[in-house]
Amino acid sequence: MIKENTQSTQTGGAPDLQRKAAMALLAQATAQEIAAFWAEWSDKPDVETLRGPETGLVMLRGRIGGGGAPFNLGEATVTRATVRLGNGSVGHAYALGRHREKVRLAAVFDALWQRPECRQDVQQGVLEPIANRLKQEQEATRAETAATKVDFFTMVRGDD
Amino acid sequence: MYVAVKGGEAAIRNAHKLLADRRRGDRDVASIQLDQIVEQMSLAVDRVMAEGSLYDPELAALAIKQARGDLIEAIFLVRAYRTTLARFGYTKSLETAQMRIERRISATFKDLPGGQLLGPTFDYTHRLLDPELADDTPIEAPEQRDEPDVPTPRVTDILGHGGMIEEDGELPEGAVAGDLTREPLTFPLERDLRLQALARGDEGFLLGLAYSTQRGYARSHPFVGEIRIGEVEVELEVAELDFPLTLGSIRVTECQMVNQFKGSSKQPPQFTRGYGLVFGQSERKAMSMSLCDRALRARELGEDITATAQDEEFVISHSDNVQSTGFVEHLKLPHYVDFQAELDLIRRMRAEHERNRLEGEETKEAAE
Repeated sequence: MIKENTQSTQTGGAPDLQRKAAMALLAQATAQEIAAFWAEWSDKPDVETLRGPETGLVMLRGRIGGGGAPFNLGEATVTRATVRLGNGSVGHAYALGRHREKVRLAAVFDALWQRPECRQDVQQGVLEPIANRLKQEQEATRAETAATKVDFFTMVRGDD
Repeated sequence: MYVAVKGGEAAIRNAHKLLADRRRGDRDVASIQLDQIVEQMSLAVDRVMAEGSLYDPELAALAIKQARGDLIEAIFLVRAYRTTLARFGYTKSLETAQMRIERRISATFKDLPGGQLLGPTFDYTHRLLDPELADDTPIEAPEQRDEPDVPTPRVTDILGHGGMIEEDGELPEGAVAGDLTREPLTFPLERDLRLQALARGDEGFLLGLAYSTQRGYARSHPFVGEIRIGEVEVELEVAELDFPLTLGSIRVTECQMVNQFKGSSKQPPQFTRGYGLVFGQSERKAMSMSLCDRALRARELGEDITATAQDEEFVISHSDNVQSTGFVEHLKLPHYVDFQAELDLIRRMRAEHERNRLEGEETKEAAE
């Protein structure tokens, strides 16, 4: 395994949480949108692929009764990649599904995000659009579900 | 002596070519696309993912197309595919309490916090065929309602506060969840392995068993405490990073079945529970699973084992439709030599029978 020694994972705490959030968004990007972000990216670095992109399985776990001990529910396909940029920055990506190019680009953006000089651009040009799309989709689903909420009312019977 | 017989290569090759032709059907009709299957046959896709035990909608759609819509064949294809891939690890447990809910109902509490959310359900439809669907009639966008994002606590937690219902199931200290894809099953099983087997079990088989419990074979007087359908995040811990990674979200259906009481001299009576969790939107399967889970807890709960649905070895050994179809369907493959041996045996038995009959007649004649 390629162990990180960049600042962000060494320090723990908040930077880790930021990177975790960034990687979560990259994992949820669509293949089309991440390809478009990469196409628009100016000053593309050299990218060396250290691992993958390769597809494998993870065993998903549920919990007995919903909150109890874990049990193995079934598997899902996952694709992962690790890349190194010309400047030495190493990026990882894992995402559900089998979109290899998407995951390779996610690893590239993870590597870019770790470079202080690039972080702002990744944040604004890549992560925020993904986050906004996800938020919109989730809010639409929530509002559509809310419209199917049952409003109970009591029938008053008889004449009083 | 073993005699190998070769033959039929050309017939098999041509049969598969014919299969490909029949699968394609009339060339004047457009070939169905995988995204059409994912979008418009989504519950078939969900069933293939659940029983194929592999979450990947595009792969399930491909399997359905390849299997000409035969879902058990599609499940078989998915199971075969998964054996070609390496396992990266086990995810953290899915937190269904954090689900982004698309449907959530309770048959036990009318006014539960967060409300009864019907979602995209067949319930309350009239089950009348809709001729308009035969055409490409435009479909309106769904209604939306602005609601504050209120928490939707699990019904079992609401009941749990008073100790009126048993807690979520725990395993003995230090137990690691068993994995039937890695170790052959040995009975009796713990609940974790039973749930894994049930989650991939055949919907029809589990539905029939669940129905049998309602009809009085291992009656448990069930109520649907809660069904919830929606998306949950998947997290994986990997060696190269110090924090769990979010891989994306999957849709699951969860059923909390609340059943009649259990108590002892030490413990006051409380409701017992059965649990169902299934990939995709599949509440019939999740409900069946929870009823079977509850029935199969008979030993743990000290109940008499009187019905098939309580017989762990019977239920779990026959719930997997890939195993079942493999063994049932293998009967149609050539058994010429086996059957030749049987023919030989029955000829000898019949000859012996005839000899005995003749001898009997001779003895009878001699006696007369």
